[in-house]
Amino acid sequence: MNVLAYLIPMALFLGTLGLTAFIWALKSGQFDDLDGAASRILFDDEDETPKKR
Amino acid sequence: MTTACQHCGQPSPAGQGFCCAGCKAAYTLINGLSLGSYYERRTLDSNQPPQVPEEAPLPDMTAFITTEGNIQTVHLMVGAVHCAACAWLIETVLSQQSGVTYARMNLTTRRLTVRWDRSKTTAQKVLEPVHQLGYTLRPYRPELLETTRKEEEKHLLLCLAVAGFAAANVMLLSVALWADTDGSMGPTTRLMMQGFSALIVLPAAVWAGQPFFTSALRALRHGRLNMDVPISLAVLLTLGLSIFDTLTQTGGETYFESAAMLLFFLLLGRYLDSRARGRSRAAAEQLAGLQAGSALRLNGQSSEVVPLSALAAGDTVLVAKGERIPADGVVLTDTVTLDTAFLTGESLPTQLHKGDTAFAGSLNAGDALKLRMTARAADSRLAHIVALVEEATTARNRYTLLADRVARLYAPLVHVLAAATFALWWLAGAEIHTALTHAVAVLLVTCPCALALAVPSVQVAAVTRLLRQGVLLTSASALERLKDITTVVLDKTGTLTSGRITVEAPSDTLAKAARLAVGSTHPLARAVVAACPQAEPAKNVREIPGQGLEGKIGLRVCRLGSAAFCGAVADDNTPLWFRDGSKPAVPLTCQDTLRPDAAAAVAAFKQAGLPVMLLSGDRQSAVDAVAAQTGITEAFSHQSPEDKHAALKKLSDGEQRVLMIGDGINDAPALALAHASMTLATGSDVAKTAADVILQHDRLMDAVRTWRLSKRAHRMVLGNFTLAVCYNTVAVPLAMAGYITPLGAAVLMSASSVTVVLNTLRLLRD
Repeated sequence: MNVLAYLIPMALFLGTLGLTAFIWALKSGQFDDLDGAASRILFDDEDETPKKR
Repeated sequence: MTTACQHCGQPSPAGQGFCCAGCKAAYTLINGLSLGSYYERRTLDSNQPPQVPEEAPLPDMTAFITTEGNIQTVHLMVGAVHCAACAWLIETVLSQQSGVTYARMNLTTRRLTVRWDRSKTTAQKVLEPVHQLGYTLRPYRPELLETTRKEEEKHLLLCLAVAGFAAANVMLLSVALWADTDGSMGPTTRLMMQGFSALIVLPAAVWAGQPFFTSALRALRHGRLNMDVPISLAVLLTLGLSIFDTLTQTGGETYFESAAMLLFFLLLGRYLDSRARGRSRAAAEQLAGLQAGSALRLNGQSSEVVPLSALAAGDTVLVAKGERIPADGVVLTDTVTLDTAFLTGESLPTQLHKGDTAFAGSLNAGDALKLRMTARAADSRLAHIVALVEEATTARNRYTLLADRVARLYAPLVHVLAAATFALWWLAGAEIHTALTHAVAVLLVTCPCALALAVPSVQVAAVTRLLRQGVLLTSASALERLKDITTVVLDKTGTLTSGRITVEAPSDTLAKAARLAVGSTHPLARAVVAACPQAEPAKNVREIPGQGLEGKIGLRVCRLGSAAFCGAVADDNTPLWFRDGSKPAVPLTCQDTLRPDAAAAVAAFKQAGLPVMLLSGDRQSAVDAVAAQTGITEAFSHQSPEDKHAALKKLSDGEQRVLMIGDGINDAPALALAHASMTLATGSDVAKTAADVILQHDRLMDAVRTWRLSKRAHRMVLGNFTLAVCYNTVAVPLAMAGYITPLGAAVLMSASSVTVVLNTLRLLRD
């Protein structure tokens, strides 16, 4: 059972990682335009898509 | 024969490929930038109004630009965007220009952010091509709009994420504890499991519980009870008791996972609720924002664009063709043609002469005109109407939502039950700890998870469905009020009719009249041309302002215009005549066209047993014609805004709950006063602020569908409440008797929430 002492913190660590990633994504505006993101991916010509210059 | 316009897809004269010059220009521009693949990418929705380049100039942006070093930024609301290809087109057109550093279009909110280097280009230069493509651009200040709501929604989502994380992870540990039915787990392992659970849940609950704690505190401070009070109490008591049991290890059960799950489900309901309201509200804000105006003030030789609030009496303004008159004023131009449909309900354009008073809100249908203001924008007749609207809206805001009414009953009941459980066990001789555990179990199982989800989940499903059909709800209680209506009141011009004039006459007369009308911008002339689009222009056509057109067809001089101009006897109902040479003048019948589904919508309401009434500001004859075509028996003409308001008041005093559908400024007070109200996308902005529902696709059948959906949604909410109550009637006695274990509470909580959500999902299917 001693292995639990490692496994549980590891599981929690991984979970926290996911949570942090989500919070980061939310704060950096990844969830601001869900409709746009859904369709933008269908336009696959790299040259024509506008980018930050 | 007609073909589809290559740019907007509307029917257009055969062989030309375009319906109008604006579309042709946009098509040439797009191909000139080698962005022709736009046409392959877009999805034209036949229900959406197509984008037709607007005639009004690009609005002045100066006041909305922020500068940082050399980089300038402007935020814009964009109208007429219908799919991702539009967003792509706009971004590409912008970022291809030199000097533009950033262009990003948010398709969800239809908002655009553009940055450019001011040493290389200007706002006007950057945005002009987009404007020419037919997209309506209106600058706005992001800090004044939406931010609080957006921040709140983001905060809720963050809380939801944290609660979800805690619930999922603590469940991992709790399952192990639940599996230990025979006590084979050693006390150290047990302590470790419970310790970890506490470590996860405590910080998460303190953080994710904030929305409930603050709201509960606020309610208590005002001496009221709301739903957040028992929620906060349940969370705090559960956590307190569980920590006590963990520290003392008296063998009591811990409820950490229940607290986390409680928060998770409740936050889910909260988040869904705010999202459903937010999406519709953002769309409605957009519609209103797109019409926000400014005026062009003339100062001697120079002119400047000023916001409406800066106009004062005595100012002279220039109103371009297609713009609205900003405030009441005296006409300085010889003859002007105004479309007053929004203000009076009159479907045909009216003529004013020098010295006449023009009222704010009328649309300039002729050439540019000059106006001297007699009142500030805030004192105009329009402002008076707006004041009526505001007064009526405040009254309506007192409507209590069903969920709040249920909560008002439920919250005290929960407290009483929990307190009774504690008292009974304690009096029966149990220890305080046992009594408290059972009381907490009662709080947990009665937790309003299912109740909290009952209304928001239905709201989200209904709003999503309506949004898909192009129906926007502007108020949270719109659906609830809509379901109770007993009478339908309709406006005529712009609501039952499309506001577009059609001209009817014998075809040879029409063909000749069209040859005269081809070059004119007068609305009636445009209507004649629309009826006969292939006309060749006649020779020597000249326009006599305020009277009509004259030109040569073959050898004869022909005239198209007012009765006096054509030598006919004036008749109130026929504004347009045609005279061919010396032959007697022929009348051209001008009619506002009925919307294709107007009769069907009226019939649907009638079939459901709702009386339908027509209130219009237009002439008796026009009203009678429409009433006959749609099968409405109660029709009233010559109604002023105040008359309509009074009529609605009379109906509601007579215990009728009225659904008002109207689009004009003159309908707005009635819209605000009605039990529920709807307007159309082509409606005035005052009407849009006053109405609960905006029918974006201008289909009247959508009104019927929305009303039916509101009834269905209500049945669904009641069904959800019943489900939740069923769970509680089983669970509460068990909990009071002390039979509910942490596992039981967790199962009941999830099961009731999941059933409610599943039940709601039926609303999304047909």
